[in-house]
Amino acid sequence: MRITAPAFKENAQNALTDLHLQRALEHVEAGFIHKRAKVVAALPEFDALRDAARDIKNHTLEHLDLYLEAYEKAATKAGGQVHWAETGGDARAIILDICRKAGAKTITKGKSMVSEEININDFLAENGIEPVETDLGEYIIQLRGEPPSHIIAPAVHLTKDQVEADFRRVHTHLDAARDLSESTSLLAEARGVLRDKFLAADVGMTGANFLVAETGTSVIVTNEGNGDLTQVLPRVHIVIASIEKVVPTLEDVSTLLRVLARSATGQDMTVYNTFSTGPRRPGDPDGPEEYHVVILDNGRTAMLGNEFHDMLRCIRCGACMNHCPVYHAIGGHAYGTPYVGPMGAVLAPALFGLDEAANLPNASTFCGRCESVCPMRIPLPKLLRHWREKEFERGLAPATQRWGLGVWAYFAQHPRLYRLSTRLAIGALGWLGKKKGRFRALPLAGGWTRHRDLPAPSSRTFIDQIRDREQ
Amino acid sequence: MSGRETVLGKVRRALAVSGAEAERKAAVDERLANPVAGLIPERGQLEGAARVDLFCKMAEAVQAGVTRVASSDDVPEAIAKFLRQNNLPAEIRLGADDRLAGLPWEKTPNLTRKSGPSDGRDLTGVSHALGGVAETGTLVLHSGSDNPTTLNFLPDTHIVVVAADDIAGDYETVWQRIRTIFGKGVMPRTVNWVTGPSRSADIEQTLLLGAHGPRALQIIVIGGTA
Ligand code: SF4
Repeated sequence: MRITAPAFKENAQNALTDLHLQRALEHVEAGFIHKRAKVVAALPEFDALRDAARDIKNHTLEHLDLYLEAYEKAATKAGGQVHWAETGGDARAIILDICRKAGAKTITKGKSMVSEEININDFLAENGIEPVETDLGEYIIQLRGEPPSHIIAPAVHLTKDQVEADFRRVHTHLDAARDLSESTSLLAEARGVLRDKFLAADVGMTGANFLVAETGTSVIVTNEGNGDLTQVLPRVHIVIASIEKVVPTLEDVSTLLRVLARSATGQDMTVYNTFSTGPRRPGDPDGPEEYHVVILDNGRTAMLGNEFHDMLRCIRCGACMNHCPVYHAIGGHAYGTPYVGPMGAVLAPALFGLDEAANLPNASTFCGRCESVCPMRIPLPKLLRHWREKEFERGLAPATQRWGLGVWAYFAQHPRLYRLSTRLAIGALGWLGKKKGRFRALPLAGGWTRHRDLPAPSSRTFIDQIRDREQ
Repeated sequence: MSGRETVLGKVRRALAVSGAEAERKAAVDERLANPVAGLIPERGQLEGAARVDLFCKMAEAVQAGVTRVASSDDVPEAIAKFLRQNNLPAEIRLGADDRLAGLPWEKTPNLTRKSGPSDGRDLTGVSHALGGVAETGTLVLHSGSDNPTTLNFLPDTHIVVVAADDIAGDYETVWQRIRTIFGKGVMPRTVNWVTGPSRSADIEQTLLLGAHGPRALQIIVIGGTA
């Protein structure tokens, strides 16, 4: 996708006045927050599993070179072909080469954020290969020529009526008088249209939620089953995965899947978890004849071993954006990068450069909800602050001035003033938000609240401070 | 320099390691050679009939149907009955799995059986699971010459037969079984965990069943009653 993060303020402004978007965003709360809360409450070990998940990734990252080598060895032994790509450009070239050798005309795709990151669709289309997104949400946004607005619910910014209009516009081979008023008929129509694409594709490409070093296995997680049809039907399966997706063992993956499903969609377990190891074996009646894995760096090693290291634990569950008041207010597109919400605001400057994404670390109220729900215990607010500091050092702060956050930076340099003013602000917030847990106006962030209420911060430290004051 | 060396070199520089440190290597070798189960939730840690009951309950909670039969001899009739009750044609496609081939199909002479992978036109596929996981009502299936993976995804209705004895409390137990069957560090080409029929919530976050995979999942559990 084209990175539009430099225009963040304009994007956000437009988002706040987009009625369709504002209506669609109302579904985030019921669709994600409540479901997650319910399923988490039903599992007493959930928080302990988060610790275990964090420890697994910390251990893996400390030994990342060795686990990548072990993964490669096992995957190769199983007949897989492992490719290494330093940059998005390298990955695109490798993928195109595999497609060309396969004589591919169309390539079906399972949902993959890394493939968004490296912009593979446009590249393949320019080279005469038709990419077909098969995840329902991805399919819808592909029809619209839009990037995803959420890492697991790419079309969350759209209403049913908009989807119906797109299907009527594109599926012109179908009866114009058909009834598409129900979501079920939209789903059935997409299922029918894509079935033919699945069966006709020459190459199927998926991402990987995990790579297992022990067995050379790639793992995908879907509810629709589209990833499975993408990889089992075509002659060639390509997996694109970034370096931090590797984990040691099948046991480790099991722990991570327990927290992923609950954090992402509020399910005890996602419908399909698929563990793929190599191509079709002798005697197999189906499955791909070639199995390729492209391992991508594209800026991750620049986060390894420094203050952004923790971010590499991210398992792309989306909980941080689902619980982010800023995301709720403006949706994903305003961020102008494939990765959105708090995780996007930390990742995008690393992957696309601070020049492109300097605005994003400011898209935070520092309420702490993202960190409190992150299954991998990533200190997102702290990482956002690191970016702000870097940005401040570089003097790249025009947007912050406009947002009143230049004020924040000024105060931050003067701790006594800052403490005083935040105490005042918190007092005001406590008073403003007490009635219904939402704010109509928020000091230092008038840009948001002029158009929209913000949920009152639920971070413990915040509330603790208010309590302290009231005692 | 190849992409491989470049990427691994960058990883090593970032971690300030050479890759030759004996201690690090030993830690990784040990973890891979002797995989250790992490924290396993209490929920699935039940014995016998209680474990099978939990499996059925969890599977039903995610919109799978469950039929329980006393012995494998009852499976063909259970399948025929399910198809009848759901107004589906008496026709199934299944792999060459011995456990399915050995069933008394003569009891259901009107049920047509086709063998091999699905071409996308079959209404009902039948598979035999390697096992189940009570914790979440999850089926574990694997590919192989007898088990076409396409049967798990293309037909509208997927019927999966599982023996109660193969239902474990947790995923980790099933991985151990897979290691025993296929060998250490060796995996079947595909292992599928299946928890309910396919679904999507991509339109206004409303959950709808029957996305690209099966619209219905019917599990037939053999045995396991108290
Ligand atoms: S940062 Fe945490 S909450 Fe956000 S997507 Fe990553 S793992 Fe999930």
